[in-house]
Amino acid sequence: MNNLLEMKHVAVNFAAYGGTVQAVRDISFSIEEGQTVALVGESGCGKSITAKTIMGLVKKPGKVMEGSQIIFEGTDIARYSSKEWRKFRGKECSMIFQDALVSLNPTMKIGKQIMESLDNHAVTTSKEEKKKKVIDMLKLTGIADAEKCLEKYPHELSGGMRQRIMIAIALISHPKLLIADEPTTSLDVTIQAQILAEMKALQKKLNMAILLITHDLGIVADVADKIVVMYAGKIVEEGTVREIFYHPVHPYTKALLNSVPRLDRDGKEMLCTIEGNIPDMTNPPKGCAFCERCPHAMNICAQYMPEEKTVSSSHRASCWMMDERAAKGGVAHA
Amino acid sequence: MENNIVITNDSFAKLEKKKTVEVSVERQSVWKDIWKELRKNKVAMVSVVLLAILIIAVLLAPLSPYDPYKLDASQKLQGISSSHWFGTDEYGRDYFTRTLYGGRVSLLVGFMSMIMTVIIGTSLGVFSGYVGGKVDMFLMSFTDIFLALPSMLLMVILNTFLKPGLPTLIVVLSLFSWASVARITRAETMSLKERDFVVATQNLGASNFRVIVKHIIPNILGPVIVAASLSVANAILMESSLSFLGLGVQIPRASWGSMLQGAQAHILDYPLLAVYPGVMILITVLSFNLLGDILRNALEPKIVE
Amino acid sequence: MPSQKKILEVKNLKKYFPAAQKQQLKAVDNVSFDIYEGETLGIVGESGCGKTTCGKTCLGMYPVTDGEVLFHGKNIHTMSKKELFAFTKRVQMIFQDPYASLDPHQKVYDIIAEGIQIHGMAKNKTEEKKMVAELLEMVGLNAEHAARNVHEFSGGQRQRIGIARALSVNPEFLFCDEPISALDVSIQAQIINLLMKLQKEKNLTMLFIAHDLSIVKHISDRIGVMYLGKMVELTESSKLYVDPKHPYTRALLSAVPIADPEASAQKERIMLKGDVPSPVNPPVGCRFAGRCENCMEICRKEEPQMIEIVPGHYVACHLYND
Repeated sequence: MNNLLEMKHVAVNFAAYGGTVQAVRDISFSIEEGQTVALVGESGCGKSITAKTIMGLVKKPGKVMEGSQIIFEGTDIARYSSKEWRKFRGKECSMIFQDALVSLNPTMKIGKQIMESLDNHAVTTSKEEKKKKVIDMLKLTGIADAEKCLEKYPHELSGGMRQRIMIAIALISHPKLLIADEPTTSLDVTIQAQILAEMKALQKKLNMAILLITHDLGIVADVADKIVVMYAGKIVEEGTVREIFYHPVHPYTKALLNSVPRLDRDGKEMLCTIEGNIPDMTNPPKGCAFCERCPHAMNICAQYMPEEKTVSSSHRASCWMMDERAAKGGVAHA
Repeated sequence: MENNIVITNDSFAKLEKKKTVEVSVERQSVWKDIWKELRKNKVAMVSVVLLAILIIAVLLAPLSPYDPYKLDASQKLQGISSSHWFGTDEYGRDYFTRTLYGGRVSLLVGFMSMIMTVIIGTSLGVFSGYVGGKVDMFLMSFTDIFLALPSMLLMVILNTFLKPGLPTLIVVLSLFSWASVARITRAETMSLKERDFVVATQNLGASNFRVIVKHIIPNILGPVIVAASLSVANAILMESSLSFLGLGVQIPRASWGSMLQGAQAHILDYPLLAVYPGVMILITVLSFNLLGDILRNALEPKIVE
Repeated sequence: MPSQKKILEVKNLKKYFPAAQKQQLKAVDNVSFDIYEGETLGIVGESGCGKTTCGKTCLGMYPVTDGEVLFHGKNIHTMSKKELFAFTKRVQMIFQDPYASLDPHQKVYDIIAEGIQIHGMAKNKTEEKKMVAELLEMVGLNAEHAARNVHEFSGGQRQRIGIARALSVNPEFLFCDEPISALDVSIQAQIINLLMKLQKEKNLTMLFIAHDLSIVKHISDRIGVMYLGKMVELTESSKLYVDPKHPYTRALLSAVPIADPEASAQKERIMLKGDVPSPVNPPVGCRFAGRCENCMEICRKEEPQMIEIVPGHYVACHLYND
């Protein structure tokens, strides 16, 4: 499988009210063709900004630092000019967001908005052909009354329908990569289930890769092939779905998995929590960012950033507990 | 990123952690915010400084060796000299001193009418917004009437009927300015009323009075302060216009507006007589307007992510 | 420990709002349930189901359109001013948005002391300070935090302050309106643990409203499921998961994602067709008829009544009406 996207040493800083926030600090990961990668972490970990970096949407006061490489099908798109970005966005790579109501133009009919996306990528076809393409795409995303839908305004549709419209707009030019930033967080659970099933079907049909950004581990278990766990701007662990859920290595990953109450488990014991808060990103700790909250923290964790170690060909993590010199009964292969 | 890692004997020993509950970034004080806004807008900075100088100078007016009311025909219409920094007017009075005394009147009128405007407007607006319903509808219609009146015209008419003088002037000016403050505070109150923290206080059994005084008013201070600043500017302008028409401050008292009126007669031969008070009005009104902008920006809630 | 004493009785509660074109938004339409002393009743449902409106009406924040809400046998909507004042001391609320539920201009001390001051619970300032400090410690914060301003705290910490405020008047009943929806996953767990601990220590009775089924199941003794203004099922939380009776409950449970790839792959999925209909002018008969896979003819004509099919397990569905 070829690598569709390779992120190499990407770093993003933001000039904010209290200082310079190091939102993303030197991360590297890759996405293969047709693969679904979940970028998981809590708010402030830098996952949304990572997504925006791939789309070239990081603007002042944010800055993608020198040395960051974003290699999409062999080309380093971090160097793109605005013109090149405009050609890239929507065609090679599209993005959908959490709240469709905010992302859609409230004064424009649905049909027009979708066609606009087609026009942006200079597909020279007649109006009838464009309309047919739009209707086909709407049907693909699970909208039954596609013809009627074209004439409606966003506020006339339900949340689920709007999300499907947003997906249709994003996929109409058959991009190779779809970035979905918390696409179902604002939806009801039953609608979320519908949308996720439809996305999976679409992905198979279009052979599209998906980068799914979420904090909901349930969705990840359902949809993802690979998981990248982020904390305080860094990648702490990366692996296949089974590796992460059944053999997590990093203490943060483990804590995250344990703090989610399970519907299929009984018992009213206290939930495992992660005490404390995320560190101040204008002044991140020089060692491991999770040190303060980690039950296994050692002196070296506070002093130096942990080196990345491989657990298997697809599984890697950055934790001092993986070092041979760490205390026995440590984390290495849980 | 190559780290030169130094391993010691206890590198892999358990880390002793301090048991504190972390609280996030300290928010900068309001004054720092204001200072930051001033630095961003150079013109505003200059005008605020000028305003400060002006206010200080005006307060120090009694230090002047000259009597602003003493007539001395022998000194009339002198130009700028070291003894008369602004020259003299047609009655031989030192113009610089007159300007300062005039400033005292103009600024006094401005501040006093601002205070009345803010008190009347805020009380009515908050009450109307909080109580809502028919009371609100009635009060707002009442307010709308005042907003719709041609203020200048009516002020002129009122002044001809009422006893002329500073108190009348202040009352009349407030009468035509409270309405917009009422509107602003009512709108703010109505949106605040629905906020969770107000509901929470009501749920604790707080009386309406407590809710208004402790929770509504402190949270509308921002827009009120901005409105107050603009109100001073407006009042000074209106007072100047009224005094210029002979309806405001009476002789021999000076205000910038009345000085402008006196300068009319000599506009061709001694135009400076009009320039000095005119420029003072300009600086003051502009500065208060800009100050209002600065305060509005500085008092906007900052989201510290 | 849940007892048999009824703290809150909701009888045939209806709450309608006027909607456009002379229609009515039937937010809560004939809902009945009881809450027993010491228990946590969770109410779940998706948007438009009316759970939040139901909760707020039960607290007296909205007037009833029909039906009644009894607190210790007294109708809360016909209480006198004096009785209402006493009511505020016994019933408190935790809000959803930790950034909107605290006055941004107040210090933490003032926020927590307010209830104490209003109800005159402290003899003097010293005692008041002591009570505030105790409350802060109780929710996992430090007594020094009282001097700080609200905006210096994170979402989870703000929610703790809100909980301290609610507990300041020593209530017996706590209404939690989606108290963790706005928080991060690991912080949610902290707050849930705190609420459970406090409930045990103070023998609180709780009404917990949320849309996250996993969280509600964890904290609640019994759960009521609402759909479009109606309560469709009510039973013990463990029973609801093991043996859901109502087709909507089954669909809802199957839609909840499980954080386990294998379990997720093996899960039975019941996909509902279409969207949630609007609570403005709902359909005749069972509200769920249009999307239900077990829909029968009677479902489109007659509304099913809530019946106790097994002791403690109530369902409103024609499938069980024989």
